[in-house]
Amino acid sequence: MNKFEYAPAPESRSVVKIQKDYDLFIGGKFVSANSNKRFTTINPATEEILSKVSLANGKDVDRAVKAARTALNKTWAKTKPKERAKYLYRIARILQERAREFAVLESLDNGKPIRESRDVDIPLAAAHFFYHAGWADKLEYAGFGDRPRPHGVVGQIIPWNFPLLMLSWKIAPALATGNTVVLKPAETTPLTALLFAEVCQQAELPDGVVNIITGDGSTGAALVNHKDIDKVAFTGSTEVGKLIACSIAERGIPATLELGGKGANIVFDDAPIDEAVEGIVNGIFFNQGHVCCAGSRLLLQENIADEFLIRLKDRMTKIRVGDPLDKNTDLGAINSSAQLAKIKEISDSGDKEGATLWSAPCSLPAKGFWYPPTIFTGVTQAHRIAREEIFGPVLSILTFRTPREAIEKANNTPYGLSAGIWTEKGSKILWAAQQLKAGVIWANTFNKFDPASPFGGYKESGWGREGGRHGLGAYLKIGKGAK
Amino acid sequence: MRLDVKKTYKLFIGGAFPRSESGRSYEIKNKRGQFIANPAQASRKDLRDAVLAAKNAHPGWSGATAFNRGQILYRIAEMLEGRTSQFVDEIVATTGVTSSVAKQEVSAAIDRWVWYAGWCDKITSVSGNNNPIAGPYYNFTIPESLGVIGIVAEEKDSLIGLVRSLAPIIAGGNTSVLIASQSRPLAAVTLAEVLATSDLPAGVVNILTGIKTELAPWLASHMEIDGLDLSGIDSIAELRVSGAENLKRIHTFEKDVSPERILAFMEYKTIWHPVGI
Amino acid sequence: MSGLIDGSERSLLTFLENLPGVDKVGADNRATMLGTRSIKTSSKSMAIDLAISMIDLTTLEGADTPGKVRSLAAKAVRPDPTDPSVPSVGAICVYNDMVEVARKYLDAFGGTQIPVAAVSTAFPSGRASMAVKIQDTKDAISAGASEIDMVIDRGAFLSGRLMEVFEEIREIKEVCSNEAHLKVILETGELATYDNVRRASYLAMLAGADFIKTSTGKVSPAATPSVVLVMLEAVRDFYRLTGQRIGVKPAGGIRTTKDAIKQLVLVNETAGSDWLNPNLFRIGASALLNDLLLQRMKLKSGHYSSANYVTVD
Repeated sequence: MNKFEYAPAPESRSVVKIQKDYDLFIGGKFVSANSNKRFTTINPATEEILSKVSLANGKDVDRAVKAARTALNKTWAKTKPKERAKYLYRIARILQERAREFAVLESLDNGKPIRESRDVDIPLAAAHFFYHAGWADKLEYAGFGDRPRPHGVVGQIIPWNFPLLMLSWKIAPALATGNTVVLKPAETTPLTALLFAEVCQQAELPDGVVNIITGDGSTGAALVNHKDIDKVAFTGSTEVGKLIACSIAERGIPATLELGGKGANIVFDDAPIDEAVEGIVNGIFFNQGHVCCAGSRLLLQENIADEFLIRLKDRMTKIRVGDPLDKNTDLGAINSSAQLAKIKEISDSGDKEGATLWSAPCSLPAKGFWYPPTIFTGVTQAHRIAREEIFGPVLSILTFRTPREAIEKANNTPYGLSAGIWTEKGSKILWAAQQLKAGVIWANTFNKFDPASPFGGYKESGWGREGGRHGLGAYLKIGKGAK
Repeated sequence: MRLDVKKTYKLFIGGAFPRSESGRSYEIKNKRGQFIANPAQASRKDLRDAVLAAKNAHPGWSGATAFNRGQILYRIAEMLEGRTSQFVDEIVATTGVTSSVAKQEVSAAIDRWVWYAGWCDKITSVSGNNNPIAGPYYNFTIPESLGVIGIVAEEKDSLIGLVRSLAPIIAGGNTSVLIASQSRPLAAVTLAEVLATSDLPAGVVNILTGIKTELAPWLASHMEIDGLDLSGIDSIAELRVSGAENLKRIHTFEKDVSPERILAFMEYKTIWHPVGI
Repeated sequence: MSGLIDGSERSLLTFLENLPGVDKVGADNRATMLGTRSIKTSSKSMAIDLAISMIDLTTLEGADTPGKVRSLAAKAVRPDPTDPSVPSVGAICVYNDMVEVARKYLDAFGGTQIPVAAVSTAFPSGRASMAVKIQDTKDAISAGASEIDMVIDRGAFLSGRLMEVFEEIREIKEVCSNEAHLKVILETGELATYDNVRRASYLAMLAGADFIKTSTGKVSPAATPSVVLVMLEAVRDFYRLTGQRIGVKPAGGIRTTKDAIKQLVLVNETAGSDWLNPNLFRIGASALLNDLLLQRMKLKSGHYSSANYVTVD
């Protein structure tokens, strides 16, 4: 018998040049922050300090919004749609050209495996710009009336789980529809957004059309509360989403909110079992489970539960945890110590509440933030781990007897972002898809994304859609009001 | 001389016509200050019952075929047509407009029902689509009803204003709890009688009369309500804040008549499936 | 019999019908993902030597001559005449009439431990009477073959005459008895779906196959990573059900070191390391060996080698 160990296969870091510190990107230039404050961003896999970025305060936010407003009035609104399209195509191409650089930087700053940043995040980000570029001069054919208009200046706040991809989900449709933006990347993952600012310069995008301000929660709050923004787009927690909904209540400006989830992955006894195991693994361990649409609840039909668990555990032992830059890593670092603490806290509650924890045997690096691939069995609907979003590599497993019971359990949550259905029976798929209260339903697959496919949640998972024709509508004044 | 038998204007909850559980009513007067009626003054408990009725009615109504919903909406138009003179009388009595102006409003209301009846089995076609994604997957997006929608109906146009809000909401498969025009609630109650005889399942529409500022906050904060049409109430910032607790979809509309009013209370569902043998 | 079926047609059909389906796109995704594994330095040299030791060095041409088979035998024993640290291959695989020649030269060159595999049962089409197929197999064994690569009757399989295929394998297995290992060629390129690949894999294992093999090499597609994945899942699960380990042999289309290493990764992460030896995994190939040797030289010397430094046959 031979042990086939894979020697380390690290992707080279030499493709990225990280500056010692970064300014804010406002009006097409990097400018120093009024706050004079900076904070560090680290590599969560090693705790190494990567750089210091500026902390934008209220005055900086105001400068950025003014720059966006000026760009809107002076240049962007006067730019012909077909020219707008070409800027977006340029950006898409530059992202493709510099894809490896972005992938490495993303993995460094975020902790996600290079395999994912290289094969998923960055290609999809470029694809988003490419897709939306084509819409820019075809908006009157998009089904939103014959004169759809942009909202104006959009304030955008993105999370740390897919930094560049979420940036592209926000900026590409906003620009295609003729808006200008002020975007705040997440506190722990600002670097690819700052590199994107360089891409805007290379693409010769008019100054002020895209402004990128780094900062913390206070920066985000200042942006949302700024009197001169016309729309908010936010991806993050449901908790913050609700706060944003309150803070814009008085102004009544529109908002797109992509929030949390507690997706149910339902495996029926007639599922394609090996692909279902893959799908469950991909559903919860993709991106360390830092995915709002993660399939974090597994609902197994009782008669196959034992068999399925054996296969799932066996598959989990093959998950390779470690250095995010190693091309063979499947599960990288948890993004921050705060997130790790949160994962541990909820997992501990599962233990205390009587569910059974099992983690795949793997050695975790000494430095950095790590959590092994973990499942809980014997979970009931009443357990915290079945209700709260863990946002980590932790799967809660429940069983069901009848299809109706599966749907009831799946829908028994205030969230409604995603759901999965595994069965080879077509009519059962369509029935279940009809019953599930979720914005994205993956049948016999999971965690697939595409710029042409609308994404967004039911219930407390958010407002509106991003991507596809439907996502476009969120950046346009539509209906009679637009005439 | 024969004495008129006057109607008691009651609430419409779960297909029944109860008085307010609170026992309250309030007085409606015409422009000249003369007494018209004592409609029920709904309480928060009436509202709670109405929301429950709407919630229970939702699976059936949203699960009915679009063709069936269209037929029922058209049936509402038919029933309304037959009651035209009663609505004209009530509008004239409460607003003081001429009967020809009132007639116009009733006709417009009937036509709205007919228009939205036709939308029931078309809205999915025009707003859903197939998404050409880069991979071996079949991917499509369809709109679905949101759930229970709270409506604060327009104050002035007591019939047409109500229909503008209500028809698109139930056309899309939602069920509703509607707070009628406070000062002119008669048409709403009579419309309830139309709805009750139009094969519309009980609970799909529930109508409350009473004080808007008393009821609307309960509507906005009720966690079983998924969306709000607040076209008929001023100062909605606080209601938006209450509604944020479960992220209600909150909208107000001008007097527009548009499929966007249906879609505002629908939710897009996107479904993926692999393609392969 | 494995105990999973009672030998009746009904139990066979029931068992095969109850196998879970394979979702093509999901299986392809998994195989593609495993194809991105990056095998470098020490693990690459280990993988290259392992792959060499797993090769069924094959020549199945109408134009094969005793001279060619002699060269093949020499190469099988010492793939790189200049480097004795290169392991011998797993077996050589020839047509029936070349078995005797192959055995003779292997023995002559010091490769007594290297088995000769013969393709049998009216290879590659399988279109002959049972009597002919049995005689074909007997001939091969008496000529010195210790491994029989039989083809199944795909026509019978596809038209649902599964018991016929089952019986055929069982009878050939009887002929092999203890004298030869039986590899059953499914010819997956003709089976049309992964569901069929899974069913055929189980059918062969239930009927007594020691190995299941993808292809004759005469039909394309042959040993695609996805097909091998499905077959590896089958042997893994069959082991859980019966305690019996069945081997897998991809054949056809594996020409480069990269292809071969992808196969080893598939084995490692599907059936597991127990299968990472020539008794349970073989690669049917001819051109592959030279590419492995060139890569091996590159790893040792640090520079790219030339085709002039490996033997043409």
